[in-house]
Amino acid sequence: MGVLYRAHVLVCGGAGCVSSGCRAVQEALKSELAKQGLDKEIKVVETGCMGSCDLGPVMVVYPEGVFYRKVRPEDARDIVQEHLLKGRPVERLLYHTSQREIIQQMEDIDFFAKQRKVVLRNCGIIDPEDITEYIARDGYEALARVLTEMTPEEVIDVVKKSGLRGRGGAGFPTGLKWEFCAKATGRPKYVVCNADEGDPGAFMDRSVLEGDPHSVIEAMAIAGRAIGSNQGFVYVRAEYPLAIQRLKHAIAQAYDYGLLGKDIFGTGFDFDLEIRVGAGAFVCGEETALLASIEGKRGMPRPRPPFPANEGLWGKPTLINNVETYANIPPIILNGWEWFAGIGTEKSKGTKVFALAGKIANTGLVEVPMGTTLREIVYDIGGGILGGKKFKAAQTGGPSGGCIPAEHLDTPMEYDTLVKLGAMMGSGGLIVMDEGTCMVDIAKFFLQFTQDESCGKCIPCREGTRAMLDILTRITEGRGREGDIELLEHLGTTIKDTALCGLGQTAPNPVLSTIRYFRHEYEAHIREKRCPAGVCAALVHYEILQDKCKRCGLCRRSCPVDAIEETTEAELVAAGVGAAGADMQAAGASQGAISQPASSPKRKPLFINQERCIKCGVCMRECRFQAINRC
Amino acid sequence: MPTATCRCGETIVDDRWEKLDEIIEKHRAKQGALIPILHEAQELFGCLSEDVQLKVAHALGISPAEVYGVATFYSFFTLKPRGKHKIAVCLGTACYVRGASELVRALKEELGVEVNGTTKDGRFTLEVVRCLGACGLAPVMMIGDNVYGRVKPEKIPEILKEYQ
Repeated sequence: MGVLYRAHVLVCGGAGCVSSGCRAVQEALKSELAKQGLDKEIKVVETGCMGSCDLGPVMVVYPEGVFYRKVRPEDARDIVQEHLLKGRPVERLLYHTSQREIIQQMEDIDFFAKQRKVVLRNCGIIDPEDITEYIARDGYEALARVLTEMTPEEVIDVVKKSGLRGRGGAGFPTGLKWEFCAKATGRPKYVVCNADEGDPGAFMDRSVLEGDPHSVIEAMAIAGRAIGSNQGFVYVRAEYPLAIQRLKHAIAQAYDYGLLGKDIFGTGFDFDLEIRVGAGAFVCGEETALLASIEGKRGMPRPRPPFPANEGLWGKPTLINNVETYANIPPIILNGWEWFAGIGTEKSKGTKVFALAGKIANTGLVEVPMGTTLREIVYDIGGGILGGKKFKAAQTGGPSGGCIPAEHLDTPMEYDTLVKLGAMMGSGGLIVMDEGTCMVDIAKFFLQFTQDESCGKCIPCREGTRAMLDILTRITEGRGREGDIELLEHLGTTIKDTALCGLGQTAPNPVLSTIRYFRHEYEAHIREKRCPAGVCAALVHYEILQDKCKRCGLCRRSCPVDAIEETTEAELVAAGVGAAGADMQAAGASQGAISQPASSPKRKPLFINQERCIKCGVCMRECRFQAINRC
Repeated sequence: MPTATCRCGETIVDDRWEKLDEIIEKHRAKQGALIPILHEAQELFGCLSEDVQLKVAHALGISPAEVYGVATFYSFFTLKPRGKHKIAVCLGTACYVRGASELVRALKEELGVEVNGTTKDGRFTLEVVRCLGACGLAPVMMIGDNVYGRVKPEKIPEILKEYQ
């Protein structure tokens, strides 16, 4: 038995906190502990993602459960000397609400309090590189039960009754998939985990692999038993080096403990697991393309049927589920299907992990029961919009999904309601957009993505997405034509009906859904040559607000193309200073006269030569007086 | 054994080819060995040159066209050598919404290269990538294995200095 420690400091080692510098914080803590002679009493543990990425590096000190955020290496001394030695939490590192209220405990912070963790049950709590910590949290007990007390039919029955649906996006009932695979006649059979989490803005699978890799390994072995397979593959994207490293480590440990390999738990059941690393092709998230990639080929999809359950890897029956789906399996086996079916809504059971990002105050990973409304996620957990701006829409499902506008904020987040709104659950990326986001530009962004990632096999996707992108590009460049919106709709529905795989069939969604809810923005771009959000570079211009300008010349010096020129008062009047911005007109009108420049009259006024301006925005960023307007 | 002539006139033996043999042997028995082999070969040589592709094709008994097909399909594989440090700017949704395109513009200006270009001194290659999964810290970029979060365009010269 190992040494008992009087306190544990859990330092988040998720990818977000690693980028914020948590490794240096850990080192500082360890050396400070050693200096104080506490290294035998207090243990520093690097855990997986705790979810609150924008507060990183974060840590929790147990047994008290005190949560520290934005910790720097130089804070280590105070944490050790004040908190760990004297028992006084370091106030400046505690969490503050927007009302300046100080909160000590993690579970009292809204962001955490309103979540329900099933998939992320161990993330941020255990050391992902230590299998004993997983085992201490009932790890591998579900596998033991499956192998020693249950028949494969019983396992499939539990999964079916739980109501679990695939978390990769489409929401196919997991139990049914397992049953199809179990009944398939080919041999051998394979179990595959789709960890090719390619949707931009989705990082839940990454966090599970980094924070709790054993939950996936255990679930895959359970699946192997249920369908009669002895070989599994985890297909991880190459962009996730930390996830690959931790998974590799976990698989090796599982072999050491006899939880993978031959004769697991002495039951005669063998299961081998191998990692296959992707090579940067988004289409490989599509199941048939993923299988082609594991086989060492170009990752191109093929028509279904036959479905992988009957003819998958090397033509053999293959079960494919994604990371989050697998992570649900051990708790379902341990707690029973009734427990799982009791969470969520009638048709969407259990919880869903969402990756909150974009213009939201609290970014990070959250897990909530299915059916939680978008409003609860964005405002109660996410803390609302960044900088107090107005919510415009949330994009779910990445390049395959659509947007949910403000009028549907009270929509429960579940598979079927989202599809009705023209969006989809997708893998769970939830990007929040505010009034400063142009919906036409976002649609173009997603289409650029799918166009770029189209494998080129089928014509609707290869040529159709290109045609749609051309139209969107001309709209955002001010060359849109009457009838373009209708043409986009026509092309979009045709591609949806005719493309070969999920990538093509869903590629038009972001365009169709933004047209559905924000048609007026498209119309403003086409008819008025105006970008209401002020994003599309060709349709915006920069102006100097003469009443705010101090004529300091900073903008002039920073302009890369010398587009900011001096002028004279007379010229300015002749050009109609009022054009310099609505703000100024309003200010002038209210004072009953044209307002005087706030600067010294000795310096000449500045203006932007619109023909030369390349709209890079440097002047606006450099200006200290908010005297440059973008419209 | 491929050899090369050094500028001083001496013939040097490139032992990377032996290592490639070892890599191929290690994976040969696996089904679907091609992609794992290409991953390691690229790590070894920096890119998948024609010679490397031919060698892998012969060793696995498949056509060079098949190897070329796979090597060009996946964006992770490159046929041309890249710079010493790979700069990857994330253009995922979250980063895009938070201004990643400004970063790309600033990097292009600073380095004097286009996307996928390598600086003349061979120090940097500029690439854009799909989501790096660090959306909470958007906009994000990676230089080598180091991740930089919440990057502002003004900070770029300072960051690049770390790699001089």
